[in-house]
Amino acid sequence: MAARRLLSRVVRPLCAPGARQPARYLQTENHELVRQETSSAKTLMDIGTRRIFSSDHDIFRESVRKFFQEAVLPYHAEWEKAGQVSRELWEKAGQQGLLGVNISEKHGGIGGDLLSSAVVWEEQMYVNCSGPGFSLHSDIVMPYIANYGSKDQIERFIPEMSAGKCIGAIAMTEPGAGSDLQGVRTYAKKDGSDWILNGSKVFITNGWMSDLVIVVAVTNREARSPAHGISLFLVENGMKGFIKGRKLEKIGLKAQDTAELFFEDVRLPASALLGQENKGFYYLMAELPQERLLIADMALASCEFMFEETRNYVKQRKAFGKTIAHLQTVQHKLAELKTQICVGRTFVDSCLQLHEEKRLDSSTASMAKYWASDLQNSVATQCVQLHGGWGYMWEYPIAKAFVDSRVQPIYGGTNEIMKELIARDIVIDK
Amino acid sequence: MAALRALVGVKRVIDYAVKVRVRPGGGVVTDGVKHSMNPFCEIALEEAVRLRERRLLQEIVVVSCGPQQCQETIRTALAMGADRGLHVEIPAPQYDSLGPFQVAKILAVLAKKEGVSLVLLGKQAIDDDCNQTGQMTAALLDWPQGTFASALALEGEQLMVEREVDGGLESIRLRLPAVVTADLRLNEPRYATLPNIMKAKKKKIEVLKPSDLGVDLSSRLAVERVEEPPQRQAGVKVETVDDLVGKLKEGGLI
Repeated sequence: MAARRLLSRVVRPLCAPGARQPARYLQTENHELVRQETSSAKTLMDIGTRRIFSSDHDIFRESVRKFFQEAVLPYHAEWEKAGQVSRELWEKAGQQGLLGVNISEKHGGIGGDLLSSAVVWEEQMYVNCSGPGFSLHSDIVMPYIANYGSKDQIERFIPEMSAGKCIGAIAMTEPGAGSDLQGVRTYAKKDGSDWILNGSKVFITNGWMSDLVIVVAVTNREARSPAHGISLFLVENGMKGFIKGRKLEKIGLKAQDTAELFFEDVRLPASALLGQENKGFYYLMAELPQERLLIADMALASCEFMFEETRNYVKQRKAFGKTIAHLQTVQHKLAELKTQICVGRTFVDSCLQLHEEKRLDSSTASMAKYWASDLQNSVATQCVQLHGGWGYMWEYPIAKAFVDSRVQPIYGGTNEIMKELIARDIVIDK
Repeated sequence: MAALRALVGVKRVIDYAVKVRVRPGGGVVTDGVKHSMNPFCEIALEEAVRLRERRLLQEIVVVSCGPQQCQETIRTALAMGADRGLHVEIPAPQYDSLGPFQVAKILAVLAKKEGVSLVLLGKQAIDDDCNQTGQMTAALLDWPQGTFASALALEGEQLMVEREVDGGLESIRLRLPAVVTADLRLNEPRYATLPNIMKAKKKKIEVLKPSDLGVDLSSRLAVERVEEPPQRQAGVKVETVDDLVGKLKEGGLI
């Protein structure tokens, strides 16, 4: 096994020409003194571009790119069939320091900046492998624990999660409550100092493999509004009454172990409460902008991948005696796509930088999420079209990118809800 | 035990995944092309880091010879675990004629200057595939050499090297100081992790000029030309065995 990886890693330069190359579009780099933006770079995925990053990020990106190409890409088709990735992968990612990148070292994380987290998000999209739920684990679940957890909870879970030995999930959505988070019915009833949890959750990313789930539950049904009666709980795999339903069959994200979860009289000790009682809704509101930003950045990165994939395809596909890249209609389509993607990248990069400085507000994050995920779907549709019939075939990466894109406007708050949040700030009387 | 120090060479080469193209004016296209550390140098460095982790080495000094961009390769090496870097700066025009002999001269001087007991190099670089630098360095220093190492053990002043040779494996014992070159199966190099990348920032890279080291870089070799391999021509399909035999006879092949 190790030998095989070693061979695949180093023998390749010695292979005969024409041997399958891991990623033919990842061949350029950019190490000018002034960092170029993607619009001027040789490819939209070049290492060494974009002024929000530094040369340290470039070295990290190099490592992360190798990891995804060697530890993820070759196995992904297998995981798509299995409907989940392997546990070994999580531990490998942990050993490599790719989990909890933006969680401080004193809490047991890696201690990198937000932009280093973004490198991991983007590189995952650049190999077009949507199975590993790293971003949710590292940049959605772990921050809740690091920010609101007790000393004991942090010490117990964060190092294990950074090591990839404890996989995290967060359970908000219910069969009857999605966008309307205040309609959550899962209920935790106080029993002495314990809590008794009942309810069900659905569409939970990392759900099937999860070791630790943050469960959103009602704790006060008499609160003046439902938002004032919601709390967060840390529920561990193996607790009596915590049942994992099944891996859900989805039209995309085939290797992601999205699941439904059931809680039947799960007895939780007082130490399972995350943060304060009835403050859950505020915690959610505070953390959701980061979730939206990561969806936006991954959407943009996917656009960049799809563009390069399509550029390569049209430059080698022949029709009417020439490559189709010679056709003006194709050229103009590529020009439109590249322009839209580069315009989008500018806004998302600006949001990343703002968030790095803790200045990203909720409605700006919502704009990024809504606009980038819509762009991703539009780019996906057009790139499939440029691939013709082959673009509809599962063996072509663009087909996977297309189906994976469809959920992006839905999860993390639907784009309709994003517009609500943006609009609220527009019409409010200050 | 005396504190041992190792010198590891790390060459910046065109990345293995790149399809190399010939530059019209001579040489190959390098501008804007993705570069990385030579994979065999990565293996040599990994071995040094493992020896230091087992406290058999005290310090790892990495060296790269070439233009300014080599410092990125050195920084990657520092992030992988080397302690400090030496950049022998050789500007682009001169770099074109820098061959194994010139690099070996630099390495030999540095090995003495740094007082190292072990020079660890990749067995060859994937750009020119010369496979000469390690051997030449050993000759210039008049040190024993263990090339194509697939296993290495340090026992006091003795170095056990397992070598991959045509007939199988050869085990040799060297007395330090020595030069070792790494083969493919010596180890599996680690990736640079983020905390180590951040720590590497504080490590020093010293920039040197060949003239500081008193090394003459003039080359006795001249590259006549560099050409793309010929393109494969389309073949012909034959219908029957008779046609095939006929064609072969026609071509004077049978």
